[in-house]
Amino acid sequence: MARAFLRRFRVSPWIVGLALVTPLVLMACSGDPYPQSTLHPTSDTSEAIDALYRNIFWWAVFVFVVVQSALVYTIIRFRSRPGAPEARQIHGNTIVEIAWTLAPAAILVAIAVPTIRTIFKLKGDAPADAVQVEVVGHQWWWEYRYPQLGIVTANELHLPQGRPVALSISSADVIHSFWAPKLSGKRDAMPGRTTHLAFTPDSVGTFHGQCAEFCGASHANMRLRVMVEAPADFDTWVARQTAAPVAVDSSDALVLAGEAAFKKIRDPAAHSCIICHTMAGVSGGIAGPNLTHVGSRTTIAGGTLPSDSAGIAQWLRNPMAEKPGSLMPTIDLTDDEIAALVAYLQSRK
Amino acid sequence: MSHAAVAHHTSTGLDSRKIAFWTFIGSECLLFGSLIATYLVYEGRSVSGPTTHEILNIPLTSISTFDLLMSSLAMVLALAAVQRGDKVWGRVWLGMTALLGAIFLGFQAYEFQHFVHEGLGFTTNLFGSSFFTLTGFHGAHVFVGVIWLLTLLVRSLQGKLGPEKALNVEIAGLYWHFVDVVWIVIFTVVYLIQTTPLPTT
Amino acid sequence: MATTAMPHSTTAGPTAPTGLWSWITTTDHKRIGVMYGVTAFVFFLIGGLEALIIRLQLGAPGNSIVSAEHYNQLFTMHGTTMVFLAIMPLSAAFFNFVIPLQIGARDVAFPRLNAFSYWVFLLGGLFMNASFLAGPLFGTGTLSVAPDAGWFGYANLTSPQFSPGPNIDFWVLGLQILGIASLAAGFNFITTIINLRAPGMRLMRMPVFTWMSFVTQFLIVTAFPVITIGLVFLMFDRVFGTNFYRVSAGGDVLLWQHLFWLFGHPEVYILILPAMGIVSEVLPTFSRKPLFGYAVVVYSGVLIGVVGWGVWAHHMFATGLGPIADSVFSASTMLIAVPTGVKIFNWIATMWGGRLEFRPAMLFAIGFIAQFIIGGLSGVMHASPPADLQQTDTYFVVAHFHYVLVGGAVFGLFAGFYYWWPKVFGHTLRDGLGKLHFWLMFVGVNLTFFPMHFSGLLGMPRRIYTYGADLGLNTFNLLSTAGALLTGVAVLVFVINMFLSRRGPPAGPNPWNAATLEWATDSPPPVYNFTVIPTVHDLLPLWRKGGMEPSPLPATPPAPIHVPPGSVWPLCAAIGIITMGVGALMHHHLVPSLATALVGLAVLVVSIYQWAFEPFEV
Repeated sequence: MARAFLRRFRVSPWIVGLALVTPLVLMACSGDPYPQSTLHPTSDTSEAIDALYRNIFWWAVFVFVVVQSALVYTIIRFRSRPGAPEARQIHGNTIVEIAWTLAPAAILVAIAVPTIRTIFKLKGDAPADAVQVEVVGHQWWWEYRYPQLGIVTANELHLPQGRPVALSISSADVIHSFWAPKLSGKRDAMPGRTTHLAFTPDSVGTFHGQCAEFCGASHANMRLRVMVEAPADFDTWVARQTAAPVAVDSSDALVLAGEAAFKKIRDPAAHSCIICHTMAGVSGGIAGPNLTHVGSRTTIAGGTLPSDSAGIAQWLRNPMAEKPGSLMPTIDLTDDEIAALVAYLQSRK
Repeated sequence: MSHAAVAHHTSTGLDSRKIAFWTFIGSECLLFGSLIATYLVYEGRSVSGPTTHEILNIPLTSISTFDLLMSSLAMVLALAAVQRGDKVWGRVWLGMTALLGAIFLGFQAYEFQHFVHEGLGFTTNLFGSSFFTLTGFHGAHVFVGVIWLLTLLVRSLQGKLGPEKALNVEIAGLYWHFVDVVWIVIFTVVYLIQTTPLPTT
Repeated sequence: MATTAMPHSTTAGPTAPTGLWSWITTTDHKRIGVMYGVTAFVFFLIGGLEALIIRLQLGAPGNSIVSAEHYNQLFTMHGTTMVFLAIMPLSAAFFNFVIPLQIGARDVAFPRLNAFSYWVFLLGGLFMNASFLAGPLFGTGTLSVAPDAGWFGYANLTSPQFSPGPNIDFWVLGLQILGIASLAAGFNFITTIINLRAPGMRLMRMPVFTWMSFVTQFLIVTAFPVITIGLVFLMFDRVFGTNFYRVSAGGDVLLWQHLFWLFGHPEVYILILPAMGIVSEVLPTFSRKPLFGYAVVVYSGVLIGVVGWGVWAHHMFATGLGPIADSVFSASTMLIAVPTGVKIFNWIATMWGGRLEFRPAMLFAIGFIAQFIIGGLSGVMHASPPADLQQTDTYFVVAHFHYVLVGGAVFGLFAGFYYWWPKVFGHTLRDGLGKLHFWLMFVGVNLTFFPMHFSGLLGMPRRIYTYGADLGLNTFNLLSTAGALLTGVAVLVFVINMFLSRRGPPAGPNPWNAATLEWATDSPPPVYNFTVIPTVHDLLPLWRKGGMEPSPLPATPPAPIHVPPGSVWPLCAAIGIITMGVGALMHHHLVPSLATALVGLAVLVVSIYQWAFEPFEV
């Protein structure tokens, strides 16, 4: 029916199909608007994956074109119409069966060989001088520990450009999956087990990712960012993170009030910041992210909110609304307390 | 309700119930296989609590294993008796099979309560959870078998288990022997081949 | 005693009894097939509604059409419903109605066990869906406590620590109950196909639908015990506090994944093989020529079933199995693409040189092929672990499995509906509405799922209730939502067709001039199926001269035919099982829980004894 319609207007169904698919393809291929794209790799491993994928992709296109053409040709040529010949009563043909068994098998071998090569290449072995990071998934935020450097932080993973990275990945609660598509394939983060990813980022930039294994109510809100920096900038970041916590400016009343609000023991006790968060020199809670240098981070709340004044205030006002199921309770804070806390937290650079 | 007494045509010449039961046994192999595989995967990985070496009693369990093997012999004799129409010995051997099965369950009940007394419960550690689940599933199968056998015994006492009903006993026998074979595997894997490292003293 | 008096006619043979009680106690495979079909179709509509809500929520970033918690329940129930309550039982509807007719039998080997499978399915499906309204009974403060950890329920998210409510209990218990139904049906159909074939119907003369269903039943009886054990472990962890998935006690979360996917991969072949069987029946009929390469198609199906047991860990490539395991499972997964591709080529060759009639059944069969090619190719992409590390757990894999399950299985099942409708009901569905249904659905399904290849590769993970507006995914999601709405309209057209076609002209025994035995008897068949059981001499008994004897079948039975009575005990046994499940749901309150479970057990045991000893001859 549709074919008759198209034929009337002398439009080939192929052109129509192409017209529908091309914009999708172009949209997909136009770079920057896709911060989590797997098709724009920026590390050695993601590039290896991408190369392998493109290899398989073109084989798939080839098979698609051949088989779909055969299908379309067959249903057009052998459709019943007045004067069409009777159906030929064929039961089979051994040679043809062998041929179309061997041909796909050969294509699969052509895919299997680079696949296995790439598997072994991506094994996760990193050289001894790699930057070591322990990635710990929590419901619903990412913790990063640099054991060689003595850094504990959250949400943002800072890496130096051009140096190999070795991630040791696990979870504090349920299964998560660490995924920064432009930098690497994903790796599950499991409690009681440690998995590994190794790659060398080759471009400076901020790369987006998010948790890729369903982990409960706010799985969708468990975002992450990887900041790949020029080596000198990375060293600066490290120095700042390992420096002693910024002294509270005693002349800044708002920051002082914020510090007091942070340290205040509330009722119930679990509503006190110090129970769940580590603030070096102040508290040692481990249920929530380490906040010692939270003012140096660009996002909070598992990467879902910017860490500007509005973002932090929004989070503090009602964490459970921002992140359904949030383990951080919604605490009854006054607007003054919120403003003070925002100032205090932003001062923790 | 009258119906033709002619035997139904079958493609294999076998009774459908026998074929269905073999399929069921195949399925049960996967069931017990999964339980045994889990037991093996978790062997030696308990973080705390008693381990196999400290608590399993091989001599005692050898006796209950022998008991179960003898019950399979009784089952074979029961089937032969029913097939030749021997009412008395049919009942004796059916009863004996059920009794030996019940004795096996008695040994298991003793073993379970002894383990709990020694500190190994269902929820104590991985060993407790996987051991009790595996042997518990097996014990539940034995229990169902005993009930089945007693039901056949009652039918025989009611005069309703003549040679024409021998297939019922044969299928019960298939089940019983299967449960016995599973026990032999469990006894071997859990009791005899303990792979948990011996405690260093 | 629950037997139904059978009205006998001295010349025309026994007729089916009427009335509600006769349906409740039926042991007739044709009635059970209809009940499976109706019930499964309703669940299909429910699952579809869940999908529509999901797509409305994802139509734009940051939507709040449903809360995060409700969204997580919706995608969980959508998957669980479509797999276990829609596609599997729709296939079962066809197994039930068609297989005995195709092999020339009067019924399945165990008619009461057959009824039991249906009742357990119905009650199990109701049990699981009751969770949407059961919140008040558990004091949770919400209406819905539907399962919310995905259709695959990964440990340890499902542990009591991280899922403390009753949601996962509904899931664990519901699936175990449904498993019982499937296992019972598996034993039944394996025995039926092995033992009740008409004289002369050798295995290699069986219709391909029966063959693919046969392989499916073996997959069911071997795969379901594995997930049963996985679920038992989870249930014991939740109810008793055992340690199977408790990490602090040394439990391994990957144990669940291995047990689940050892079941889960054969399960997807359980979902697709029957539909492949249907396509293998429809194509020859409407091409007016035999299936090309019958033996190869059969052996491919068997090979898929066997090799399907060796690929499970391809669902776990992101867990770090190690390069050797990755390579082995990659190879086995690629291997299974060969018999699958061979089937596709044989189907195309079946149409080659034919004289093709594009009735709705044929359109859906052709649509199956076109869309399964796409789903199969994305599957081959997943078979490569490095590539899969970017694709798994994204919308790319959502696209893959919806192409094979909707574009494939659902299209195959609709082909079956159009094909066998006249045999079941005596009249065909309307052609015009059927073609409209096909085209709307073909466009709708492709519009829904093709963009997902893109949104997946551009970084959209699965199972998220919303997505960042800055990720460039908005247009793709909007297209998918539009496609979903169009697909809903298409299904509505089918529903309308079902009702409007009711007063169509009688179809007669063989409206499509097809070749297999079910078309030799009336439409609908008499309660006893065939006036005489024919002797079969050919793979295509109705197309070959001398293919079956007698031909045609006599109009009335020459000898009295015994039709087994109905029985209420299958339903009672099913009620016993569900009651035990309800008892287990209450496990936080020991006494009511134990009491309910024991009552259920008593009902089950009594039903089994009554069933065993009531007079019943097939």
